[in-house]
Amino acid sequence: MSLSKSFTSSIGKKLVMGITGLFLISFLVVHVSVNSMLFLNDGGESFNAAAHFMSHNIIIRIMEVVLFAGLIAHTVQGLMLTMQNNSKRPVKYAVNPGNATSKWYSRSMGILGSLLLMFLVIHLSHFWVETKEALYLNGDAPMNSYEEVKETFSQLWVVIVYVLGVISLGWHLIHGFSSAFQTLGLNHKKYTPIIKMLGVAFSVIVPLIFAAMPIYFFVMSK
Amino acid sequence: MEHYNMNLTLKVWRQKNATAQGNFENYQVKNISSEMSFLEMIDVLNEQLNAEGGEPIAFDHDCREGICGSCSMHINGRAHGPWDATTTCQLHMRAFKDGDTITVEPWRAAAFPVIRDLVVDRSAFDRIQQAGGFVSVNTGNAQDANCLPIPKDDADLSFAAASCIGCGACVAACKNSSAMLFVSAKVSQFALLPQGQPERTSRVLNMVAQMDKEGFGSCTNTGACEAECPKEISLTNIARLNREYMKASFLAE
Repeated sequence: MSLSKSFTSSIGKKLVMGITGLFLISFLVVHVSVNSMLFLNDGGESFNAAAHFMSHNIIIRIMEVVLFAGLIAHTVQGLMLTMQNNSKRPVKYAVNPGNATSKWYSRSMGILGSLLLMFLVIHLSHFWVETKEALYLNGDAPMNSYEEVKETFSQLWVVIVYVLGVISLGWHLIHGFSSAFQTLGLNHKKYTPIIKMLGVAFSVIVPLIFAAMPIYFFVMSK
Repeated sequence: MEHYNMNLTLKVWRQKNATAQGNFENYQVKNISSEMSFLEMIDVLNEQLNAEGGEPIAFDHDCREGICGSCSMHINGRAHGPWDATTTCQLHMRAFKDGDTITVEPWRAAAFPVIRDLVVDRSAFDRIQQAGGFVSVNTGNAQDANCLPIPKDDADLSFAAASCIGCGACVAACKNSSAMLFVSAKVSQFALLPQGQPERTSRVLNMVAQMDKEGFGSCTNTGACEAECPKEISLTNIARLNREYMKASFLAE
């Protein structure tokens, strides 16, 4: 059997979703840790230093490319899988079980993911694009990322979009985290309950910290 | 449980043949006993339709004791009706109240086309089984059963997986019409036992390939299949199928 088939069968496609999903989760750990420096009461000194490191370190730069590759693979595969799966029942049921047999968020990964994608476009246009502009178009111009965050989050619509974005993230994660382990066959009587607990904790805590950032700066700006 | 009689309105999917356009028909049934099974209630309705000169409702049924897996009915949005771990024949009318309207639909999946009324073609499952759901048996004298030591836990897991009756409720319940719970049960029951080892690699690859060919969706771990399975086949079988598949597809030459 060819290696490509291992990733293109129905199980193979899910393996791609699980592996890239867990990789994106590992990115979230880095992202939330670095951004938590925003809360340090030092006028943004630590955060700016961290931001400078993240945009200049060669290993981080390479990982950034891998991250985008992972994100694109997860998005494209997810959209294709959702469309394929939706086509498997051409005649729908007149009566559906609703939440009696499954959780709404487990059935809504496509919609939650699409919301996240829309949020990501806005999010990248806010911070990532400007960082790259400073780096490449303006000859590595010095940047005060902290001030930029502060300014962006002083607008109410931005705060609302970011809070909605991380709410979608939380619901996406609450299914995705443990689902990825199941897809990769990592199911065990002893460890699955721990993975599920960790998944719920991660899906609540990480979005809460992310949501706290725009809210904190918005409140401070008033 | 106190006995009572009820009058019901049934909204049943009627379709003349595989290519005909189907639609829901409304029927009234009176004095249905709470002690009847759901299929007996349909029998009463069919007697009534016969007497009126109408066409009885076609539905699959055989053993009427919950082991054949024939009675595929989607009742009020649930595969085999509202009770857990039951087939339609094990569903009793005491699950309903006087005056209820009950909607009865066939399994809905591209891989399970409707043949007539509530009868669907589940031969896709047969073809998946034929692709690998068997063990090789040598000719000659039968071996002593005790010469193959098998851990009790493995035997129990294998037997639990083997209790799958191939009814298709997992496919009917899954939003993706995925057959993963069925295939995982059939792969697991052999993968766990020494008798299943010779075909272990080819079995999982061939059964998954056939499953994809038949047009079932992929598994997104919503758990609806496990919730609806009349034999309570566990999702851990799907994780095992994923492991078996990875091992086979990445390591086989």
